[in-house]
Amino acid sequence: MKHWEVVIGIETHVQLSTASKIFSGSSTAFGAAPNLQANAVDIALPGVLPVLNKAAVECAIRFGLAVGGEVAAKSIFARKNYFYPDLPKGYQISQYELPVVRGGGLPIQFGENEKLISLTRAHLEEDAGKSLHEGLGPTAQGRSGIDLNRAGTPLLEIVSEPDMRSAVEAVAYARALHALVRWIGICDGNMQEGSFRCDANVSVRPAGEVRLGTRREIKNLNSFRFLQQAIDYEVQWQIATIEDGGSIEQATVLFDPASGETRAMRSKEDAHDYRYFPDPDLLPLIIDRQWVEQVRAGLPELPAARRERLIADCGLSAYDARVLTASLDLANYYEATVVAAGRKNAKICANWVMVDLAARLNREDREIGQSPVSATQLGGLIARIADGTISTSMARKVFDELCNSGHSSSADEIIARQGLQQISDDSALTALIDDLLAANPGMVAEFRSGKEKAFNALVGQVMKATRGQANPQRVSELLRRKLG
Amino acid sequence: MAPSRGCGGKNFYDTLYGSPVYHLSDFVTMSLTLDQVHRIAHLARIEVDETEARSTLGQLNEIFGLIETMQAIDTQGVAPMAHAQDLAQRLRPDCVTENDQLAWRSAFQAIAPEAEAGLYLVPRVIE
Repeated sequence: MKHWEVVIGIETHVQLSTASKIFSGSSTAFGAAPNLQANAVDIALPGVLPVLNKAAVECAIRFGLAVGGEVAAKSIFARKNYFYPDLPKGYQISQYELPVVRGGGLPIQFGENEKLISLTRAHLEEDAGKSLHEGLGPTAQGRSGIDLNRAGTPLLEIVSEPDMRSAVEAVAYARALHALVRWIGICDGNMQEGSFRCDANVSVRPAGEVRLGTRREIKNLNSFRFLQQAIDYEVQWQIATIEDGGSIEQATVLFDPASGETRAMRSKEDAHDYRYFPDPDLLPLIIDRQWVEQVRAGLPELPAARRERLIADCGLSAYDARVLTASLDLANYYEATVVAAGRKNAKICANWVMVDLAARLNREDREIGQSPVSATQLGGLIARIADGTISTSMARKVFDELCNSGHSSSADEIIARQGLQQISDDSALTALIDDLLAANPGMVAEFRSGKEKAFNALVGQVMKATRGQANPQRVSELLRRKLG
Repeated sequence: MAPSRGCGGKNFYDTLYGSPVYHLSDFVTMSLTLDQVHRIAHLARIEVDETEARSTLGQLNEIFGLIETMQAIDTQGVAPMAHAQDLAQRLRPDCVTENDQLAWRSAFQAIAPEAEAGLYLVPRVIE
């Protein structure tokens, strides 16, 4: 059997986080009743003119800088012509020959591997409306409903080079891109609402072949799981087709999550002639260096730089640094925790944020931005673990209290109020141990006959007697001294 | 399933995968055929009968002829313009300026062939 190489390029439609549309003053808020956010420009009444939204351009500049691409000093808007009921003008305003961002790259990680995916371009365009086929009233039989609220929503279409060689790499790329656009604040990343949609261009070729195979494009994948499943299915389908003596025809396909299969869209033979030409309604977009530098100054430290700094300054492993920079909010939360707990406790902070806090957020289905415990509160708690005031098991109780306190208490207040301080005081512990040994002569005898289990049971008794507040390490030391 | 838009296989991978990207200059030295006129009319969803197609063919070829004449001008070193005016696009601040959209929607849908529950209705389209 031949060995096959998979080649994948991804086009991503990123919905930009602007308040108004790219060419009109209508709102872009999600979830409005049909056609209540569609003005005369959006529904393409005759005589209207598009006026470009400055914030959408700024998003494109941010992206271009973040991926090390070239922000074009001059770019051109073009009309992409096709007919579809949810495209009122009969063309989509997009960019063709001169896009706003050219080149750049995005580092991805998968397993232990790292790879740089090159980007071809990123261009600004408007979204189309939505066609609804179900849930229409009885008088709408045989009809589709058109909602133009989404028409004119600003998009940045980001095109990668066909640099990915597996579904795993494709998902790693999509995840890295998703994290980046949220990190730099240009997209809310809400995939359920369609703010981040991927088209995967997939082809296969025999290993060693230089020419590319014929590609099929899987449209509109709005989850990482679907992206993975769709590519896996498509790849095995293409290989099976070729091995059975067939050939691949270029096509646009849709992924059906229910069957896990891809199927070709009912395509019209002429549908792929978009007849692009410069839009006479829009002048060239000019971006001067001063604007670019101004945007650069406002960019947050980028994920890769942040990871390097966390590894260097906080002594984190590459893995921990990667997890904690999954989003800007998480990285900021972590660093605020370190500030409150002290730099020397940075590793304990990482564990608490990645394990205890993550579990809690996961259970309550919350984002880090809605954490029930603030970074200052958590840092304060960690400081008390580090200085021996409370044991780790006690700290978990305090953590739960903090989560339920609605940001109103500090760890110190809860520890004091509930008397949870760890007992490390030797005289108090010694007195306890003496009482215990006197009351349990059997266990003492067992230990002396060589049963180590008996020792652990004795430590357990002390912990129980102090409701967990004894410092277990100190108890062990004192107990060994007594028995030894 | 997410609604599908603008089907067809053409995208930014075409150049890479070997499909040609056409420029006007690819066509200016040739004249159109009647078939091409019909195809263009179909793409633009314009109904053109045989007589109209023939007269349109003549007119379009005259335009191509004019372009061919203009090709004689030496444009070496002249940057192509995307717009007739040598100006930059004016930008708009990101503000929502549309209010009272309920009234606007009623006005817009009053002139639509069919509307229901706020939606414009069209003959069923589904992929």
